Amino acid sequence: MTPLDSRVPAGPLAEKWDRHKFEMQLVNPANKRKHPIIVVGTGLAGASAAATLSELGYRVQCFCFHDSPRRAHSIAAQGGINAAKNYQNDGDSVFRLFYDTIKGGDFRAREANVYRLAQVSGNIIDQCAAQGVPFAREYGGLLANRSFGGAQVSRTFYARGQTGQQLLLGAYQALERQIGRGAVEMHPHTEMLDLVVVDGRARGIVVRDLVTGRIESYAAHAVVLATGGYGNVFFLSTNARNCNVTATWRAYKRGAAFGNPCFTQIHPTCIPVSGDYQSKLTLMSESLRNDGRVWVPARIGDARPPRDIPEDERDYFLERKYPSFGNLAPRDIASRAAKQACDEGRGVGPTRLGVYLDFADAIARVGAQAIRDRYGNLFDMYERITDENPYAVPMRIYPAVHYTMGGLWVDYNLMSTIPGLHVIGEANFSDHGANRLGASALMQGLADGYFVLPATIGDYLASTPFAPVDTSHPAFRAVEADVAERTTRLLGVRGNRTVDSFHRQLGKIMWEKCGMARTEAGLTEALADIPALREEFWRTVTVPGSGQELNQALEKAGRVADFLEFAELVCLDALHRTESCGGHFREESQTADGEALRDDAHFAYVAAWEYAGEGTAPVLNKEPLEFETVHLSQRSYK
Amino acid sequence: MTEGVAAPRPTTRLERFWHSTVGKKVVMAATGLIMVAFVIGHVAGNLLVFAGPERINAYSAFLHGTGELLWLVRLVLLAAVVLHIISAYQLTRIDMRARPIAYTTRDPQVSTLAARTIRWGGVLLLVFIVFHLLHMTTGTVHPDFVPGDVYSNVVVAFRVWPVTLFYVLAMAALGLHLYHGTWSAFRTLGLVRPSAEPLQRRGAAAVAILVAGAFAAVPLAVALGLLR
Amino acid sequence: MDVTLRVWRQRGPSDPGGIVEYPATGVSPDASFLEMLDLVNEGLMARGEPPIAFAHDCREGICGACSLMIDGIAHGPMAGAATCQVHMRSFSDGATITIEPWRAAAFPVLKDLIVDRSALDRIIAAGGFVTAATGGAQDANAVLVPKEAADRAMDAAACIGCGACVAACPNASASLFTAAKVSHLGLMPQGQPERSRRVIRMVAQMDAEGFGDCTLFGECQDACPKEISIDVIARMHRDHMRAVWFGGEERAETGPG
Ligand SMILES: Cc1cc2nc3c(=O)[nH]c(=O)nc-3n(C[C@H](O)[C@H](O)[C@H](O)COP(=O)(O)OP(=O)(O)OC[C@H]3O[C@@H](n4cnc5c(N)ncnc54)[C@H](O)[C@@H]3O)c2cc1C
Ligand code: FES
Repeated sequence: MTPLDSRVPAGPLAEKWDRHKFEMQLVNPANKRKHPIIVVGTGLAGASAAATLSELGYRVQCFCFHDSPRRAHSIAAQGGINAAKNYQNDGDSVFRLFYDTIKGGDFRAREANVYRLAQVSGNIIDQCAAQGVPFAREYGGLLANRSFGGAQVSRTFYARGQTGQQLLLGAYQALERQIGRGAVEMHPHTEMLDLVVVDGRARGIVVRDLVTGRIESYAAHAVVLATGGYGNVFFLSTNARNCNVTATWRAYKRGAAFGNPCFTQIHPTCIPVSGDYQSKLTLMSESLRNDGRVWVPARIGDARPPRDIPEDERDYFLERKYPSFGNLAPRDIASRAAKQACDEGRGVGPTRLGVYLDFADAIARVGAQAIRDRYGNLFDMYERITDENPYAVPMRIYPAVHYTMGGLWVDYNLMSTIPGLHVIGEANFSDHGANRLGASALMQGLADGYFVLPATIGDYLASTPFAPVDTSHPAFRAVEADVAERTTRLLGVRGNRTVDSFHRQLGKIMWEKCGMARTEAGLTEALADIPALREEFWRTVTVPGSGQELNQALEKAGRVADFLEFAELVCLDALHRTESCGGHFREESQTADGEALRDDAHFAYVAAWEYAGEGTAPVLNKEPLEFETVHLSQRSYK
Repeated sequence: MTEGVAAPRPTTRLERFWHSTVGKKVVMAATGLIMVAFVIGHVAGNLLVFAGPERINAYSAFLHGTGELLWLVRLVLLAAVVLHIISAYQLTRIDMRARPIAYTTRDPQVSTLAARTIRWGGVLLLVFIVFHLLHMTTGTVHPDFVPGDVYSNVVVAFRVWPVTLFYVLAMAALGLHLYHGTWSAFRTLGLVRPSAEPLQRRGAAAVAILVAGAFAAVPLAVALGLLR
Repeated sequence: MDVTLRVWRQRGPSDPGGIVEYPATGVSPDASFLEMLDLVNEGLMARGEPPIAFAHDCREGICGACSLMIDGIAHGPMAGAATCQVHMRSFSDGATITIEPWRAAAFPVLKDLIVDRSALDRIIAAGGFVTAATGGAQDANAVLVPKEAADRAMDAAACIGCGACVAACPNASASLFTAAKVSHLGLMPQGQPERSRRVIRMVAQMDAEGFGDCTLFGECQDACPKEISIDVIARMHRDHMRAVWFGGEERAETGPG
């Protein structure tokens, strides 16, 4: 591979994006129709990109495995979206949002990208408001804000507890408008199973129609992946059940470098696991930490009901350890603190893997009605799942896998190491470094889709000579054959173990050995366990039914097969990065009081892994991170 | 798959209205309300029967004396009935096509008996109206019809108990029809404000009970010998 | 707990399909309804039998994928909840539970309990949007939106597009779905310029898809996991009448955009 070129434009940080927009080549309006573009994914990133590219005049073909573009996992985001509008006059600015994001990411993100993200954040809110997104309002009709996820300014815009849903519906509606006009060809219920690279450029994809089972090819001048994150490699996560790594993993195997796969985020406030039957974990919005106090019994093994434990026998551990941020400490820090408390034997609930999130003080202070107004739907959701009334007894929460900062490596133009393959949203290695701040994923997805990619992809299209390639090209035949062969193999094992049982077992390995705290020994074990499990999978898995029909078992099998390969890369990355940073905590690298200890001298880089063939260790490429504007410091939230 | 949204055909406003289910439904609602107004007037007149033969017969004479106006009202009513039936018929056809395969198990949660029986109740009412016109307006099926003597026509008619029973049953159907119809007509026409309990229909219940009760009171009073 | 399932199985769109009985034993009352189905499917697959196909994704009541008729009730016995939010503790031990797909001509069955709901997408494509191409927006605070309007718009916008309203309606009407979008956008100042055009096109598309009409049974509101009120239907009718009789004439679209 050619050395990683981040293509960050020269010039002062604040001027880079403007200058770059000017320097990029433009596609003549009349020529845009001649450039077909494939967009895979219809979450915030994909739907906004597909709609915008089509508005610009490109010929867009859009794909998602869901039965409707509106069901993408982005729909589940609750809390809100950040933007540096400074509507609250509380000292926010583009620079502050940029700085918070870089620091929150523990200095493992690219400055120029993050600055651009902060710059366009305001335009996102403008765009969404123009689409009729029903953001929360003040009585005077202006937009309301809240502070979220440990930010010290109120810059989060929200639509009740359904921000992701409303933003996605805005983008989806824009997309449907283009579909209705016949300008976007939409293929729902269609899963991308491989990427087609011709003469070193991404020129198309091979998909499976999930209803008929047909394997089909689509050709284009550029391919955009907006396929979301891979949190489900842990089996249990807050992600929707069908989120998977297949699209990005297949692209990786065709030559796209994978950036920082070990950077995964564990969210502190999720409903604890209750039994083996559990299929997914439910996030309780982070906003709950604005009023709830987190605690565990001070004494190990104290099993009294929470209300019987007197105040002085409780340990409000976040307030104790981080007096200035208290219960609002960033996600990685809050999660780890909860894990520590449970490791010490002070966990609560039937499984002892939980801590209390207590609203008693808030209820006493502002009244139950005020709390109901703020969090009513969340409290109802909690009660529905646990059968416990959180107004009367404290909630029990525990960290769960939530977001993946890692993803395909992209340059400043959001293009991967395969020319023509662009990656946006959670699927790229993104602007969040080693840890993402709350309400910043929605911002990034929409920044990429509405504003960044539509500008940068033109540069690629305008500056590239395109040989005529359609799906009759032999490269398509070859990839189709690969895909068909894989499907046949999955169906042909005819063993006796279900796909889910493998997924569950993989998740357990990952959670225990590559979860909230990682060690060399644990990761080394995982790197032995995963190939063994994969081998067993291909020997004993059972996938009933055929390939020529709607077959959910087959869909799932393909995704788990990819997870079984991908998990190894995650562990490898985690093993090589011997520092702790953000969501990646290596027990070997901590301060005296147990905080993450970064090693900037050796690890201030993006690890971009390159596929080197079956059975060969992947190649590690490093993109050094240069900090021209911010000063690297050890994060402290004390 | 999601392609090919059918753009509405460029048509006249009336066509666009009538070709939509919303338009047909609005027609049903509007004509329904005309008939509601009519039955309220009708039943108010009926109650004069309790004031004695002179009053009710005089009222009838007055109505017949209005000449063209009476025909105008009859025409409007006829048009309302016809439009109501046509739209009901067409919408029913659409609805039946909309669910060709039924559920094996169905457990309705909030729909009322009135709503679920509105179609068959409507058919029953149509049969009733035809009978009623032949019975009390033209006298064709009346055993001893005296034009102009409403009082005697009523008293004679309801001495035949199957007729009384039929009338009372029809009035029960009318009550149910009004209970759902009056309420839904206002909603269909959009003449409601947002409400915390949109399913409440106290007004419609009052109309239904009062109208159906008052109508049924006449045959029942005859049957019980209160009117003779 | 142990329950007996009576499940609609149908191999493909042209298969006639029928009810098949399966026991589900040793289910935790704390498991969700879909987790109970997972368990049954694990058993089926371990025996090499095809699992019961059902749609699901987020499993927290927001994506609108899950769509089961449980004992004749869309999304099952719990009010204001999608199928995925129903827990087994809502059923009694030993119960027999009938599970069927949504039934409507506009929602053909694809397999077992999965139906094709793309008709709903086409209704949105017909007009359920604000034409606001990326880039032209003014500052978000330049247009004031009264809190009351934003709140009511949000009530309607909460629709998850699951189709339970259609499934529960004796007429298989998509009025609640369509009206929720008409109301959401119609309540926002940004939605005013296209208000007439939107409602006419969306209603026309709804009819073209073969949904039934609205008799105001009220079943849709009760089935809706987001408890969207039938008030939105009154609003849609009002908008539709106004648009048809007093709205501007539809003209051919010009230029790109
Ligand atoms: C419970 C929860 C709450 C959250 N809350 C917040 C919040 O409050 N604020 C915030 O900023 N962030 C939040 N996040 C994170 C945020 O929602 C996601 O990071 C973001 O929405 C991802 O968007 P996306 O467009 O990249 O991908 P997604 O929304 O995941 O979309 C992926 C799309 O790709 C398609 N796809 C995937 N693979 C294939 C394939 N092989 N073939 C075809 N199609 C494919 C899917 O069908 C889908 O359309 C939350 C996340 C979760 C889990
Ligand atoms: S699975 Fe998403 S709403 Fe039920």
